[in-house]
Amino acid sequence: MGRWVAGRLVQAIITAAIAAVLMFFLMRAAPGDPLARLSEDRQLTPGQAAVLRERYGLDAPPATQFAAFARGLLRGDLGTSIEYGRPVTALLGERLPASLLLGGTVLLLTFGLGSWLGALQAIRRGAADRVLGAASLALYATPSFWLALVLAWLVGVEWRLLPAAGMRDPFLPMDASTGERLADLLRHLVLPALTLAAVNIAATMRYQRAAMAETLEQPYIGAARARGLGERRIRWRHGWRNALFPVVTLFGLWLPLLVAGSVFVEKIYAWPGLGALAADAVAARDYPLLMGASLLVTALVIAGSLLADLAYAALDPRVRRP
Amino acid sequence: MSDRPSFLRAALATPEGRAGMLAVGAIVLFGIAAPFFLPDPAAQPDIVRGALQPPSPLSPFGTDDLSRDVLARVAVGARVSLAVAAIAVALSATLGTLVGIVAGYAGGTADAVLMRLVDGALAVPRLFVLLLLLAAWERMPLLALILIIGVTGWFGTSRLVRAEVLRLRESEYVRAAEALGAGPGRVMFRHLLPNTLGPLLVAATLAVGDVILLEAGLSFLGLGVRPPTPSWGGMIYDGRAVLTTAPWVSIFPGLAIIVTVLSVNLLAGGLRAALDPRKA
Repeated sequence: MGRWVAGRLVQAIITAAIAAVLMFFLMRAAPGDPLARLSEDRQLTPGQAAVLRERYGLDAPPATQFAAFARGLLRGDLGTSIEYGRPVTALLGERLPASLLLGGTVLLLTFGLGSWLGALQAIRRGAADRVLGAASLALYATPSFWLALVLAWLVGVEWRLLPAAGMRDPFLPMDASTGERLADLLRHLVLPALTLAAVNIAATMRYQRAAMAETLEQPYIGAARARGLGERRIRWRHGWRNALFPVVTLFGLWLPLLVAGSVFVEKIYAWPGLGALAADAVAARDYPLLMGASLLVTALVIAGSLLADLAYAALDPRVRRP
Repeated sequence: MSDRPSFLRAALATPEGRAGMLAVGAIVLFGIAAPFFLPDPAAQPDIVRGALQPPSPLSPFGTDDLSRDVLARVAVGARVSLAVAAIAVALSATLGTLVGIVAGYAGGTADAVLMRLVDGALAVPRLFVLLLLLAAWERMPLLALILIIGVTGWFGTSRLVRAEVLRLRESEYVRAAEALGAGPGRVMFRHLLPNTLGPLLVAATLAVGDVILLEAGLSFLGLGVRPPTPSWGGMIYDGRAVLTTAPWVSIFPGLAIIVTVLSVNLLAGGLRAALDPRKA
C-alpha cells in the first residue's frame, strides 16, 4: 500500500509539472501584448513601456522567462498582478476562503441531494424516475451564468426574497451579533450555492441511480426481503448504504468544482471568490493573475483526482494490485 | 465490417434518440430557414419595431436595445452555435482519434510520452485553458475561435480511443491481419479505426453539447464569438443591463441554449443505448 501511494504521488507531481509547462507555453503562444491594457489606459511612452516590460520580465527570451517562472513557482511566488500591483499569491489567498465556503456548500448540496434523488429514481422507477431524469438533464443543459442572472433577477430583484449580490449586507449595523452576521452570510450564500448545485447535480444523480439499481439487484437484498425486513429499511439501510460507495469515491473529482465551475456564478452574484477574481483578470487582461488562478485550479484538480484514487484504493483493495 | 455502426440507424433505434434527432433537425432547419421569414438581424435601427419592445405578434421574442428582433438573432445564433460546436468537435475528434490510435497501437515509449502529456493537459480545466489562450486576442475571427476550441478538446477523446485500441489490439482479427502482412497504417486505419467509431460517436455527440455551453460562456465573457456576429452567450450578456425592464432579451437566448443542448444530449443518450447497450 505504501509503495502504491508513493507511486501515485510521484505520478501526480509529474502531471502537475507537465501541466505547468504546457500552461506557460500556451500563454506565450497566444498573440497579444500583456501591456496592451496598461498602455491603452495611460498612454505609456516607449520608455515607460520598456521599464514595465523589464519589471515583468517580458523582454527576456522565452527560455529565461520560463526559468524565472519555474523558480518562482517552486518558491511559491506567482509574480505580481498587473491590475492590482500586488503579489498574485496574496490576492489568491484573500479570495480562497469565500470560494471554499461556496464550493464546500455546493459539494454538500450536490452530493446530498444528488445521491438522495438518484437513489429515489432507482427505487421508484416509472414516472418519478422519468420526471427527475428529465429535470436533471434540463439543468445539465442550462448555462450557469444564465441561471444565475435569472435567479438574481427573480428572487433577488422581483420578489426581494434573498440578496442577489455580495457576501455581506453593507447596511448591517457595526455592532451586529455573531448570529446576525452568520444569518446574513447564509442568506447571501443561498442563491450562488443553489445555482451551482443545480447545474452540477445531474452527474451525481446519474451515477447514484445506476449504482442503486445495481445494488437493488444483489442477492443480499433478496435475502433481507426473505428475512421479512421492512421495505424502507431494506432500500435505504441495505441498498443505499452500499450504493453510496461508488459515489463517495467521486468526491475527489468534484473538488475542482470549488473553483472551476464558479467563474460565472461568482462573477454574477459578486461573490468575492477565486472565480470572480479570474473573471476580473480576464476582463483586465491581467495575465499573471489569470495564470496564478489557473495554476491554483489545476493544482486542485490534480489533488482531487489523487484523493479520489486514494479513497477508491482504501475502499477497494483490488485497485492497489497492479 | 458489416456491423460498422450507421449513425442514422443507431440514432433512430431508441425513442430517446428519435426525439433528440427530431429536435436537433428542427433547430438546424430553424437556423437555416430563419433569414427567409425573419427580419435581417443586422438591420439596426428599426423604427417600425422600436427598442426593448415586449414579445408581440410582430416580434414573438421582443426586441433588444438596438430595436433588433430577438427571435431573428436567436435564429442566427443557432447557426453560429451549432456550426462552431460541430466543426470544433469534428476537429477534436479527428485529432484525438489520431493520437489515440497511434499511442494505443505503437505502445511503449511513444504511448507513455503521449499519455503523460495528455494527463498534464487534462489537469487544466478546459475553461481556463481557453481563458489563457483567448484573453490575449483583441480581435478574433470566427475560424480562429473554432480552431482553438477544437485544438483544446481532443485530450479526453485520445484516452477513449486509446483504451478501445488497447482492448482490440490483441484480438484475433487484428492478429490475423498482421499475420497476413498488413502494415501498421493498414491495421490502424483499416481495422482498428472502424471498430472504435461507436464509442467515439457517442462521446463526440456529447461533446457538441458541452462545446455549445462552453462557447456560450466564452461569448458571455466577451472572449468567444465577437459582435456583431450574434451568439447566444453574447446576447445574454447584452441583455444583462436591461434584465429588470426587458428580461426577454436575455431569457430567450438562454432557453435556446437549454433546448439545443438538451436535444443534443438526448441524441447522444440514444446513440449510447443503441451502440453500447451495456452502459445505457
